[in-house]
Amino acid sequence: MGNKAEINPEKELNTEKELITGLGTTSGNMKKTEALLKVEDLSLSFTQYESGLRQTELKVISNLSIQAYKGEILAIVGSSGSGKSLLAHSILGILPSNAKLDGRIEYNGAELTQERKEEMRGKEIALIPQAITYLDPLMKISNQVIGCVEKKNEGLMKKLQREIFQRYTLKPEVERMFPHELSGGMTRRVLVSTAVISSSKLIIADEPTPGLDEKTLNETLSYFKDMADKGCAVILITHDIEAALKISHKIAVFYAGTVLEVANVEDFKNNGENLRHPYTRALWNALPQNKFQAIKGHQPMQDEVIDGCIFYERCSRKKALCAQGLPQLKQVNGGMVRCNNAS
Amino acid sequence: MHLKGENVSFGYKRNNLILKDVNISLGSGEVLGLIGDSGSGKSTLCKILAGYENKYQGKVTLDEKEIPPKGYNPVQLVFQHPEKAVNPKWRMNDILNEGHFVSQDILEAFGIKNNWLNRWPNELSGGELQRFALARALSPKTRFLIADEITTMVDSITQAQIWNIVLDIVEELNIGVLVVSHDRNLINRLCNDTVYLKDINNT
Repeated sequence: MGNKAEINPEKELNTEKELITGLGTTSGNMKKTEALLKVEDLSLSFTQYESGLRQTELKVISNLSIQAYKGEILAIVGSSGSGKSLLAHSILGILPSNAKLDGRIEYNGAELTQERKEEMRGKEIALIPQAITYLDPLMKISNQVIGCVEKKNEGLMKKLQREIFQRYTLKPEVERMFPHELSGGMTRRVLVSTAVISSSKLIIADEPTPGLDEKTLNETLSYFKDMADKGCAVILITHDIEAALKISHKIAVFYAGTVLEVANVEDFKNNGENLRHPYTRALWNALPQNKFQAIKGHQPMQDEVIDGCIFYERCSRKKALCAQGLPQLKQVNGGMVRCNNAS
Repeated sequence: MHLKGENVSFGYKRNNLILKDVNISLGSGEVLGLIGDSGSGKSTLCKILAGYENKYQGKVTLDEKEIPPKGYNPVQLVFQHPEKAVNPKWRMNDILNEGHFVSQDILEAFGIKNNWLNRWPNELSGGELQRFALARALSPKTRFLIADEITTMVDSITQAQIWNIVLDIVEELNIGVLVVSHDRNLINRLCNDTVYLKDINNT
């Protein structure tokens, strides 16, 4: 909690707010709409027992701000342990009891409290989980897709579910199957159906693509594009930059629990000279179809205390200033970046 | 030295084969790619080649000889999820040295820090655990490495780090590698040659 006390929280909030409105007008395709979801200055820590009754706080997300707009896909990329999934869990209110959440999450203009999260999730806000393990192995597919509905609505939901299955070319016999009888691609379509049937407005897809072959991958991505075209806000959490670039509008790059850059899709080209943060550039240049070049070092462990920029250790352009305090998130070239060197 | 699979067939049910008469050959020092759709039997083939699955038809040979069922297997398989391949109740030090004592050179090559050795598996990230899995698989007695989607779950920087290290080591030790991945760009970057596994048919 040390680094939070140093900055004046109110002042920081204001600067962030200005940036957000600025960004919304420049790159929001002339839409001056409010963001459907606003996450401002979010911090998350877990209370852990170290030895005996001694407690420690493990900080996993710090000073994180993102926005998701209607009709847009925001991709969140970053390595494992960068806090991507925890952000999703924070939005849905499904964190374990030893989690401590600070900051503000706004949905549709009003604060998203724990009660509101519980009311919204599965209705307005839907999570598309990563794997088949999120399905109940002993329950038929159709019951899982429909969920618990009141008896009088059951017929209606059944009809809706059949329509959705037809749209996703799932055969009628699938609804009577059990999860283990589905292939990877079919599972994906079933999981997507669960989000579509509740006509959610905000869809959070947590790592929906790893281990899929090219055909199934493109198919899955097209479902998300489809949802965005229908006016949903989609948050696509992934570590596959290539997949993210195919359909997203903006890409937020996570590292060690915070956002280092929010870039536009067009910025990812050539040697990444349009990218604002050295980490994003390194991610881009490490792709096998680009240079396949790895930078040294590791993402800092969650229990390591870092005073300066979290990327300091691995950065090739570090200055003395970078060792003192986390750089502010600032607007550069129609995107955002947390780096002292960017201009 | 050659690792060969000849006329390998496998199915969980009698009349539903996943692999049918597959032939595959991998030479020492060769880096071979294996591509196929989900469910085409890539991982099953990997398990058969590495001796994890015995109820198959056909032959798997190492230089025309069958692989001995006991002792150190010169064909080592590394999986997609390292967290499922380690004992969660062991410290990393024990996990690393379970099969043989991993040399300091290998540890340094993989950038495994000494203070990681005292940690539990759940205190390391997937990329870090995968380094341990590879370090313990690349013993001096290993002749072939089967890499089943080993970098699917890590970011691009970690992927490049891991593969650059693995390629250096296998070149030095003259180990043959089978690279399984859905990422054609990765396969093109790493492999001399590629095998396509079609649904229920030959390669």
